[in-house]
Amino acid sequence: MSKVYIALQDNDESRYIVEAIEEVNEDCTIIHMPAMVRVEKEHKLVISREVVEEKMGRDWDIQELHVNLITLGGNVDEDDDQFVLEWKQ
Amino acid sequence: MAAKKLNIKDKYRLLTRDLDWDFSYEDRKKAFPYEEFEGIKITDWDKWEDPFRLTMDSYWKYQAEKEKKLYAIFDAFSQNDGHLNVSDPRYVNALKLFLTGVSPLEYQAYQGFAQVGRQFGGVGARVACQMQSLDELRHVQTQIHAMSHYNKFFDGLQEFSHQHDRVWYLSVPRSFFTDARSAGPFEFMVAIGFSFEYVLTNLLFVPFMSGAAHNGDMATVTFGFSAQSDEARHMTLGLEVIKFMLEQHEDNLPIVQKWIDKWFWRGTRLLTIVSMMMDYMLPNKVMSWKEAWEVYFEEAGGALFKDLARYGITMPKYSEVIEKEKEHISHQAWWTFYTHGHATGFHTWIPSDEELDWLSEKYPDTFDKYYRPLWELAKEKEAKGERFYTTGLPQLCQTCQIPMLFTEMDNPNQNSMRDTVYKGERYHFCSDGCCDIFEEEPEKYVQSWLPVHQIFQGNCGGPEMGDILSEFYKMNVGADNMDMKGSPDEERWNKWKGKA
Repeated sequence: MSKVYIALQDNDESRYIVEAIEEVNEDCTIIHMPAMVRVEKEHKLVISREVVEEKMGRDWDIQELHVNLITLGGNVDEDDDQFVLEWKQ
Repeated sequence: MAAKKLNIKDKYRLLTRDLDWDFSYEDRKKAFPYEEFEGIKITDWDKWEDPFRLTMDSYWKYQAEKEKKLYAIFDAFSQNDGHLNVSDPRYVNALKLFLTGVSPLEYQAYQGFAQVGRQFGGVGARVACQMQSLDELRHVQTQIHAMSHYNKFFDGLQEFSHQHDRVWYLSVPRSFFTDARSAGPFEFMVAIGFSFEYVLTNLLFVPFMSGAAHNGDMATVTFGFSAQSDEARHMTLGLEVIKFMLEQHEDNLPIVQKWIDKWFWRGTRLLTIVSMMMDYMLPNKVMSWKEAWEVYFEEAGGALFKDLARYGITMPKYSEVIEKEKEHISHQAWWTFYTHGHATGFHTWIPSDEELDWLSEKYPDTFDKYYRPLWELAKEKEAKGERFYTTGLPQLCQTCQIPMLFTEMDNPNQNSMRDTVYKGERYHFCSDGCCDIFEEEPEKYVQSWLPVHQIFQGNCGGPEMGDILSEFYKMNVGADNMDMKGSPDEERWNKWKGKA
């Protein structure tokens, strides 16, 4: 099994996104490095718009992710409600 | 009733896919003349999947937001004399290498994606390439803006564009891109969109940029992460192109595999420079090159190749050599630059005792055995006032254009050299990987503009080294080059900091 990962700029918006990732994805690993935060998980990771909105207390568009995104690994699937990273092996 | 807001999939379809047109009175093949000559077979562009369904209006919106954030930080950095907050003035030399070696590649990527974006018959791929082309132009602009602040205070940043096209070690990144850009559109996508973006730029833009933050350089980390946020889109495009080619026709598999083999090898050679930036040029350390390589190449790249195995793709050729190189290449590269430090547009130095200890700790199997003794010797010579500079010009590899600095990985005391004869001329290489690439396309690589050959042929001015450096390279000799110790950079820094 391989890990998918996403790295975000370490700031207040990302803090909520990371909280939302933690809530939805059991067993994900959060790694803090200077100025960035990296989240990795075996096989698949989901970012749910609804959970991010709940954490932020405002509307949040999935594509706003681009603003704080640094890098990712895995096949991407994006729609209005969620952003999914997945390896298909 | 208010109009219902479109969901992203519908919006993407209407604003991207449906903007394409059919060729009713013109020959479609004439409109896309480069689509077939590489042998790639595309049967249906409609099968193209866009993972990020970004439309042009959203693209401008989010890019504008990124730019506003970025330039606010540049202003703050500059207004607060941010250059005084970097960990150590040696750090700025990594930026000199970045601006002369990497930023011009962003410009080449902008040109390359504009070109291939025009050549693809599918509208999804064309729009993604257009966005990437604009991104790359943004990257070169933001990098020049960020570093223009350093240019006011440090030597070696003033002629980056002129030097990129001429200087011996800068021909390595430059020729990497000209090689890709002179290939067909699908090979360009494998070279830059897949090999370079998916695995290799991560090593430059993530751990190195995190290192910039750790060394107090707010401007660089911000442009780095801002650029890399676009790279996330680029990587996804690169992976999509590979999957698309492999799904379209089984005959594409051997062609794609050959390109992957070529461009992973070319890419790992290119990253030699980044390895030394990580291990030797960041005074405050985040992670070693070897550790970064394990996370971003072995782990991330390994996952990628496992994913692609379902199409029949295997790990790139010479992966087993690449795995061993992580223990050696940063040390071999920095030693080469140190001994050629009179001909570099940045300063070089002997690592401090703490840094040598850190390297020993991070490279327990190789550093003390092969590399620490070199630095101990350099220290002895320096103490006697005999700082060593080599007088000869290095032989270059015909393919990657790197000086022959690499050793055999199973015998690090033996230089790695290969050669082959083509049309009665003998050509030299640093490795089997580079030799194979030449033998596959000799007519391309016999034309390489090799800086050392050009110097010997009298095409770079001279004949004295000093004249070549100052007139042909436009280096400010005595200020831009030589050791960090005794440099004007060091002198100014000490004055700013109130040190003797």
